[in-house]
Parts: sequence; structure tokens; C-alpha cells
Amino acid sequence: MSEGKTAHSNCRKTLRFILDGETVELNDVDPNRTVLQYLREDIRRTGTKEGCAEGDCGACTVVVADIDPSGERLRARAVNSCIQFLPTLDGKELLTVESLAGAEEVLHPAQRAMIDCHGSQCGFCTPGFVMSLFALFKSNASPTRQQIDEALAGNLCRCTGYRPIVDAAREMYKANPGSDSWLMQPSNAEAGADEQRRIAKLEALFADEPLGIEGCGRKFFSPRELDHFAELVAEYPSATILAGGTDIGLWVTKQHRNPDVLIYSGNVDGLTDIAVRGGCLDIGAAVSLTDAMEMIIAHVPALEELFVRFASPPIRNAATLGGNIANGSPIGDSMPALLVMDAELILRAGGSSRSVALADFYLAYQQTALQPGEFIERIRIPLPGEGNLVQSYKVAKRFDQDISAVCGAYRVRLDDGKVAEARIAYGGMAEIPARAMKCEQSLLGSEWKEESIERAMRALDEDFSPISDMRSSAAYRRQVCGNLLKRFYLETIGSPAVRVYSYGR
Amino acid sequence: MRSRARSAIAGAVGSPIPHDSSRLHVTGRAAFTDDLPEPRDLLHVAVGTSTKAHARIRSLDLSAVSAAPGVIAVMTANEIPGANNCGPVVDDDPILAAGLVEYVGQAVFSVAADTAERARKAARLARIDYEELTPVLGIREAIAARSFVLPTESLFRGDSKKAIADAAHRLKGSVELGGQDQFYLEGQIAMALPAEDGDLFVYSSTQHPGEVQHLVAEATGRQSKDVIVECRRMGGAFGGKESQPALIACIAALMTQKTGRACKLRLDRDVDMIMTGKRHDFVIDYEVGFDERGRIDGIDFMFASRCGMSADLSGAINDRTMFHCDNAYFLRNVTVVSHRCKTNTVSNTAFRGFGGPQGMFGIEVVIDDIARHLGLDPLQVRRENFYGKGERDTTPYQQKIEDNIINEIVDELVNTSGYLERRADIRKFNQQNPVLKRGIALTPVKFGISFTATHLNQAGALLHVYTDGTVHLNHGGTEMGQGLFTKVAQVVAEELQIDIDRIKITASDTSKVPNASATAASSGSDMNGKAAQIAAAKIRRRLTSFAADHFSVAEQEVVFDNNEIRAGGKTLSFAELAHLAWFARVPLSATGFYRTPKINYDRSTFSGRPFFYYAYGAAVSEVIIDTLTGEQRLLRADILHDCGDSLNPAIDMGQIEGGFIQGVGWLTSEELWWNAEGELKTHAPSTYKIPTSSDVPVDFRVSMLRSSPNREETIYRSKAVGEPPLMLSLSAFHAIRDAVASVSDYSKRPQLEAPATPESVLKAVIEQQSDE
Repeated sequence: MSEGKTAHSNCRKTLRFILDGETVELNDVDPNRTVLQYLREDIRRTGTKEGCAEGDCGACTVVVADIDPSGERLRARAVNSCIQFLPTLDGKELLTVESLAGAEEVLHPAQRAMIDCHGSQCGFCTPGFVMSLFALFKSNASPTRQQIDEALAGNLCRCTGYRPIVDAAREMYKANPGSDSWLMQPSNAEAGADEQRRIAKLEALFADEPLGIEGCGRKFFSPRELDHFAELVAEYPSATILAGGTDIGLWVTKQHRNPDVLIYSGNVDGLTDIAVRGGCLDIGAAVSLTDAMEMIIAHVPALEELFVRFASPPIRNAATLGGNIANGSPIGDSMPALLVMDAELILRAGGSSRSVALADFYLAYQQTALQPGEFIERIRIPLPGEGNLVQSYKVAKRFDQDISAVCGAYRVRLDDGKVAEARIAYGGMAEIPARAMKCEQSLLGSEWKEESIERAMRALDEDFSPISDMRSSAAYRRQVCGNLLKRFYLETIGSPAVRVYSYGR
Repeated sequence: MRSRARSAIAGAVGSPIPHDSSRLHVTGRAAFTDDLPEPRDLLHVAVGTSTKAHARIRSLDLSAVSAAPGVIAVMTANEIPGANNCGPVVDDDPILAAGLVEYVGQAVFSVAADTAERARKAARLARIDYEELTPVLGIREAIAARSFVLPTESLFRGDSKKAIADAAHRLKGSVELGGQDQFYLEGQIAMALPAEDGDLFVYSSTQHPGEVQHLVAEATGRQSKDVIVECRRMGGAFGGKESQPALIACIAALMTQKTGRACKLRLDRDVDMIMTGKRHDFVIDYEVGFDERGRIDGIDFMFASRCGMSADLSGAINDRTMFHCDNAYFLRNVTVVSHRCKTNTVSNTAFRGFGGPQGMFGIEVVIDDIARHLGLDPLQVRRENFYGKGERDTTPYQQKIEDNIINEIVDELVNTSGYLERRADIRKFNQQNPVLKRGIALTPVKFGISFTATHLNQAGALLHVYTDGTVHLNHGGTEMGQGLFTKVAQVVAEELQIDIDRIKITASDTSKVPNASATAASSGSDMNGKAAQIAAAKIRRRLTSFAADHFSVAEQEVVFDNNEIRAGGKTLSFAELAHLAWFARVPLSATGFYRTPKINYDRSTFSGRPFFYYAYGAAVSEVIIDTLTGEQRLLRADILHDCGDSLNPAIDMGQIEGGFIQGVGWLTSEELWWNAEGELKTHAPSTYKIPTSSDVPVDFRVSMLRSSPNREETIYRSKAVGEPPLMLSLSAFHAIRDAVASVSDYSKRPQLEAPATPESVLKAVIEQQSDE
């Protein structure tokens, strides 16, 4: 391709986003610069802290606002600024802890409540908590304790023991906002003039050509059209496709690797939509985990515990289902469930597409069936029909935001008390997320009763040879993968109380 | 929060005012060390570390490091002009390894560059050739090899061997107890600035500015007078910033000395967790003899801890383990042996409780084992062994306990928590549920307050009153989130009868208060509060005397009350009086100095009165476990804790709740895991799991003991509260043990190792299910 006709020749070179009502315009941005580095180092806005630089502690939490799918409301979501690349802010509004009180020093209800409830001790995690509380304030008008815990799952506090912060999450709704600013109005307030102004600003930012920048010898593209995205991926077959960046961010902050070309999928029409089509959940690869999870839970309620325990809100807001799959980690929590539901992937290279069963996608440790220049376009999950029993469990040292030692997923269809179809899959048991074929075979045609389960549990020993690591020993993994199948069985026959996570809640 | 305010002023002692920095915290304007404005030409420092647990460095090739983009300077051990040591007690802790590396992650060289990213990238480019030596990685391995950082100590009273032999019942046991990372949210950091004539000014996130000052002076070949260390606040510390910041500050200061430029060293989270010390993990062996009611006749304890590659504070920490292996129980015949094991792992250090929690963990396991053996409620055995009043009241180290309130606390808590009824309900539940099992336990806390090294129990404060009646307050304590600065300001406000917003709380600074002890051992408010009170009282006396003179009234007629001074018929504001006093040339600045009374202790015999007093508390925890996976969840916790007359009930409540949850993390989800090469693989929040909000029980009932002034004359009769509540978490561990024991219908002692991860719990469950 000649210089004048490359897929990025019509790109905008200036990154633009909104901060404190002003449009920030940046040129020559290093595409690997994180939002946190920009805040702390470039503009000395130090309220946002670095606690871990891997998206696991929440001290760096900021809120990114964009226009929701209805086009009429602003949507405010918490993200980890430490692993979010700066150019992903293009066309969005960034809110940091300094944005809330502003120059007038009128505290936001979340800030006021944190003081009144004694929610800060050392204060280092506090700005992050304030931002997660703010995101909750803007998305849920009367959260339950469990919803508060879920909203705070990505924020660690080592001082308070959380009780006063949970109190603050309840207390913040009681304050009179005392202002008609969008910031100060809770989520159930009608869209006011301020919200409309903010939306108009964002629309204006998004009106012209897509972003394509170069800085520090590295490139970043943010195409809008699927064809354009496909062209770019074809043109730069060794480029890194950036979705949520919740793993790629760590390449930069932890491994000091700097990808030269990033092609961002987050703004691509055709990758960011989600629908039910032909009995399948049809999910664009760049749909956030938050949105994908909401849809999956709506159709397969049994998976609720799995998904609310999957990472944390700031991670799920950035990360995508496509990214979780493409990443190919043996411990990604979505894969076992998707495997048992016989999910399939639509892969695309240039103008052509092909479909691959998820079960055939993983070849070896962090190796997938993706060819150079090819990307995941969509994920199709057949909805389990009538008579299917579906479940997925994760076991980890901590309930929230922890990587599973073992994650199991189960689907059986019973016909006249016998197993007519069986899908059993695990993460954490092998170098790839994998179905337990021997176990499935053992169950097929068997009566759905304890003896069959015991036999199937033994078969798992032939399916897997797990390793020992910091998450658990191989022996524990072996023991628990079978016991989770037993738990699944017990739940299907209506045994009382077999899960501590939900006990008493 | 219920107010117990002593007077009408804003921020009076006893009022539950918010943390002084809370407004700055929630708006992001509280400046931590990394938030301070950066000086011109600031360099960022990174550390190159050892990849071997035990090796000699044959050669160190830093050419690629020096040549890396942005690099200004590199530094190795042989360039250190002064002492290559940052050990606080024993000189065995090199700043930069000199030829020998003794753990994976040990600092070998430092590199300064124009950005932190470039410095960190460059630090990875060193070529180090190692001659590997055999490492000692485990505690049992160290005992077998007689590998110790300090000599083995023992403490005994009576004849434990004979008492055990003569007892009606005997048990032997052994338990492993994991360590814990402090996981302060703000990582270790220091920024050193060059000052005139080679002097240094160091911002350090430290609980012990004085020690950083002394060690930086020694490392740079200077004297204490040449170095100033300042710390306004830390983003959490928990003991992890007692001795460890010296390493960070020394590396930064040495680079400043070398380059003549300001240098900042901020550790990345992974480097922080790999390079700096943690709570000691232990193996504990015991043999105990007891009667049919479970009363202990004699006990032998062996405590062995992983100290890591150097002594650090391990001597005092393991001493405290010995001092707390009685918890609240009278041990008539006792022998305690304490091994301080040298291992090729990071040197372990202070962490909230400072060895005490591990000692208490030991005796609580023994008590629980006795109860299981006899088929008794562990609570009954605990009560059977509690210290008495007027009898059975002397500790193994010969301190007579004069303030025992453990029975009162436990009686009240048993009632308010419904322990007995709930225990019966749980038994019923467990009979009906094959998979999930519930458990409940009550454990007591008695924790000794004072540094066991007597000389450290001293504190200083500095107070200035300006002519507008506002006050500049400084003391030797440091603020790490515990609210010390707020409490001390409340003391001064109370003493001078002025609103607290008239008082400026200022950064800890070695040039204002010299030779201050670390803010540690829960002693911050006790000691700095007293020192500040003494300073304020001096000024008040001078003002009283001046006012009496000036208004020609008797001193008794001069009254300080609610921002006013009444002298006879005259009333004037504190500001007016301050101005008048200045005009009359009355000195308006004072220092205060406090030394803790009554304590004395002979380390050679492990006897005396190491502690001024004890803090007490008790907790009831209820858990549920899954016998298929070993997962567990804390369902309810009831706490009753003794803060004496609290200086600030809101802040003290924060210490109680926060300490409890931190302890629960230690005993459940927080697991440190090393591989066979001695590499710590749990070195970030992705792999090391401290509690989150959902781990806090939905039903969490925390109370402070009412009407319980400290019997000793402490600052407004309050009690120290920093460390003691952490050990309330032992109730959660024992509730899990109780649930595990249900698997054998309470017929077997549970073999549960801490932390009680799902794997640890499942292992204990399976052991309960076996026939042996």
C-alpha cells in the first residue's frame, strides 16, 4: 500500500477528552502512557494514587463518563487509571477525585459521607473509594449491602475494616445534593441541563474522524467502522489489539514491554453491540464484561455468582468478553461457562469470516487458533434450552476479585432421569481452559444419581493433571474439581445450603 | 458515635471528631510523599535486586544499566562512603549487597534516571554472575541446621516437666502459622534533597524518622546534625514502616550525595513486597498437662520463627511472642523456648502486634485442643484458666497483673452475643447439614502496653503559641492513619481550652523533636499525648501566672474555659491573653517530655514489669465452612473492647474494627507462598489477598467497654488501641476450627494450619473424616 492510501491516512492526530468541563487536546501522546501517569506526572493532579499498577487495589480509581446506548443519558463508570491507556479516553469525559468538589470546595455527598462516617484513616485508598462511591451514586439509587460490596470489590482498604465505608455508601444518598449539577444528582434524578450540556460536548468531540496517533515511535488507532478496524489489523498483522487493556496495561507497567502498534476496539461499531439472535446471545468482541455479564445473567441467572465475583467493577467496566477469550489464559473465569454452553467464535481476517467452536479455539498455553491479521469479531452463546441444568463455580482464596484456583462449569440435559447431554469444563486444571471429556463420557447415558457422580468424579483424574502454584496445590485442585461436580449434583437435586458465598444472604 | 467530651470546646478530649485530614483525604488534597512538589532536576531511583536466595556475586556488570536511556548514575556497595548498614539493632543488614546475597529480591545496586520508568527498565539490564550457595528456606530446616539470627531464648517458671508428667491429662501438638504482608496502600518511598554543605533533607514515609536520620547519616559518612527527616503522613504502615524505610531512604540519600541532585525512590508494589519484611511465620510445638476441668498444670512451648536473613527487630518481636504466650491465662508451670531462625528469605519485621499475636495464637490452640480432648466447650476451658485477682495473677515473667478485667468483659460479651444459645443452634444446624458446617468461638485478648525495651518509652513534644492565639503543635509521633495527630491535638485543645481548629498539626520532623522512638507498640497516644500535655501545661502555667500578675488576682482565680480566660472579674479571649503575654515578654514556646513510669525489666532473666498496663478485649465470631471446597465465610462478629476512657471514640472504633478485619485476613485469606527456589510468588494484590468489603460480616457488632478508665495514670485515663484489636481475630480462626471439628462430631482435635485458606480448611476437614 502506498503512503497516501493506508488505512489510517484520514485519522485525527489530536487526542481529545473532557476534564473539569474543559476540552483537553493532546498531541504526540505516547500510546503507552497510562491515565494515571498523565494525571500524576504530566499535570501534577496527585489526588489519584498508585497502589499496585495492576488494577487490583483501586487506589487509582477514576470515573469515565460517556453517552449510554440510549443516547440520552451520561453513563459514569469506574475504571483503574493505572492500566488504562490515555488515548482510550478519546471522546470521553474523565472525572477524578479533584473533579467532585471542584474549586468551590462544595463536597460531593460521597465525600461528605466519607468524612461523617469516619471512612478514611490513612487516606491513601480514599480517593479511589470516593470515585467508586461516586460511580455507585450515579448508577444505583438505593443499593443493598451486597450491591455496595460489589461496587467496592475493586477497592482495597487496609485501615478501616470497611464498615464505615459501607456506611458512607448508604449515608451519601441522605444528603441534600444542594446543586443541580449532574455530579451531585443521584442516578434516579432526571437528566438536567448540566447533563445535557455534558452530552452535547461529548457528541461534538465524537463528530469527526477517528483517532490515529503516533508518539514516542508508537502508534495508536481507534477506528469507528468494523471494516476500517479489519483493514488496520490486516495492515499491521503484528499489532496488538487493545480492548479493555486490563492485561495489556500490565505488559507496560509490570513487564516494561511496550507494544508498538495498538489498535483499539472499544469504539468500533459492530464490535460493541449485543443482542439475542437465533437462540444465541450474540456479543460483539469489544462489549465490556459489565454489559456482557448483565445480558448473560438475564438469560442464564444461574451464572450470577460467577459474574459478580469475576474481577471487580472497574476491571469489568474496561475489560471485554472478547479480550478474556483472546487472552487465552488458563484461568480466565468466563471460559468454562462458555465452553459448556457450546459458545462459538466468529473470527475475521480482512473481509472474510469463519466460525470456530470455543472448544477448538485453545491450542496450547496462551496459544489460540487466531491467525496473524485475524481477530475475534463476535461471541455466540447458544441459550441453554428447556431441561438444561447449568452452573459455574469458582474457588479462590477470597470471594471478590481473586483469580480462581479452580473454576468449574456444568451443563447437563436430563431425559427421563438419565443424562442425555453433558458438558463439563474447568479453568485452572490444565494449561488451557478445557472440557473434561472423560468425565462427560462417564456421565452420558447414566442415571442422575450419586453413584454416577462418584464415577464421573474419578474420571476427572484422567482428564486433568493440574499443577501446584501460589493459588493452590495440585492435590487440592484434583480434590475440588470433583467436589464441585458433586456440589452441582447436590444443587440440582435440591439439597439445602451447599454454598457459603450465598448462605444467609 | 457517642460523645464522651470532657468540655465545651470543639475537639475536646473524648469527642468523636473526624480525623484531622479527613477533608483533605476525600478531596485528594492530602499530600503523601509522592505527591509533594518535585524539585528541579529530580532523579528517580530504581533498585537492582538479587535473583538468588543465597549466592556469592562473582561479577557484577552494570555497563548496560549505565548505557540505558536516561540513566545518570549507578551505585554499588563499594561506593558507600559510610556504613553499609540499615539494620536498626544489629549491623547485619547491608543497604546494597556486598559480594553476598542472602535472599531473592535483596538490593544489589541502585540506578538513577530522569524518569522512574527509565530507571526501572535500566535496573533490569544488569548482568550478575552468581556462585550459588545452599539456601536455608524453611523454619524446621533452620532449626535442624542451627541457623539462627540471634541466640535462642528461654523463659520458665516452676517445673513444667514434672507438672506435665503428674497431670491427669496430657497432650502434644504442633501447628504452623503463616506470616503476613503489611500491605500498606502507599508503598515505601523516600525523597532526598541536597542541602547546603553536603547536608541532606529527606522526606520519608516512616514510623521512625529519627532512625532514618541516624542511618542516613551513618551511611553517607555524616553526622546526625547534618540530616533532617520529615514525614507528614503515611498511607498506612502497620509496622512495615518501622525499620524498613531506612533502606529506602539510605538508597535515595546515597544517590543524592553522589549526584548532588534530589532523588526519589518509590518502590513498585511487587518490589516492595519482595524486598521488604513481613510478619514472622512460626512453627509452634507444645506439650501440656491439665486436669479434668481443663485447667493447665504445666506447659512446654517451642516457638520458632522465620526471621529471614538478618536480625532486624526480630529479637524484640520474638520476646513479645514469649510474653504473650499466656494471653489471658495463668500458667503456673511453664517453659518457653524461642528460636529466631535465620533463613534465606526477606528479613521479617514489625507488624501490628509485634510477635504478640503469634504467642497468643499458640496458647489459644492449646486451649482449644484441651477442650476438644475433654469434650468441653472451649469457652469453659478458657474461663477455667483466666488469670485471677489477688491469686493466680502473676505472669511467667513475674509481672503482677493489677488491672485484670477479662472476666467482666467475657461475661458481658457472652450475654450480649447470645453465645450459648447460638452454640446450641449451630450444633443443630450441623446435624442437619451434611455439606455446610457452622462454627462459633469466643477468644479473649490481654495485650501488654509499653516497648519491652524500657529506654524506648520516652517521648517529646514542641508547642508554640503565636500572638493571635493559634498554636503550632509538633511531637515525635508519626501519623499513619491511626489518628494520632488528631488525638494529640485534642489533648492540647483540652489543656489550653481552645477549639481544635486553632491548632496546626505539623509534620514529624527530626529537627523539632530529637531522638524520638518509633511510633509503634501502640504507644503513640499514650506517650506523645502526655508529652504534648506537659508542654501545654507549661504554657498554661506561664499564662496563668502572667494573668494573675497582670490582673492582680490569685492564680486559683485564673480559669481557662472554652476559648476564654477569666481572671477575677475580667474575661478575655485566649488570643488576647497570648498577645498580652507576648507583649510582657512571657515565653510562648515549650517542650514537653514524658517517660513511662513504673516499668522495669531485666532481659537477662526475662523478669520484671515490662508493661505499664494491659489492654483487654474479647470477640465472638461465627463462620460457615464448605466441607467440599474448604471455603469459609464470617457470618457474624461481636466485639467488646477496652479503650479505657477513650480520647476519641470514633477513631478508637476505627482501630478496633480495622484491626479485627486485618487479623481476620492474616488468619484466613492472606497467604505468603514461596517456590522451591525461595522466590516469593505472592507479591502483589493479584496474588496476595487481603480482605475486601464483602469479607466483613454483615452482622458486625462492635462495642467499647463503658466506664472503664485505665487504672494507671495514662493520658486522660485512656488505653492504647493500635495493636490489641488485631488479636480479636483469633475468634474467627477458632470458629473455623469449631466448624471443622463438627465433621467428626467434635470427637477429634482439628489440625488446622493458619492461614485457613480453602485448601487449609479442606485438608483439616479430610483429616477429621479419616478414621485415625
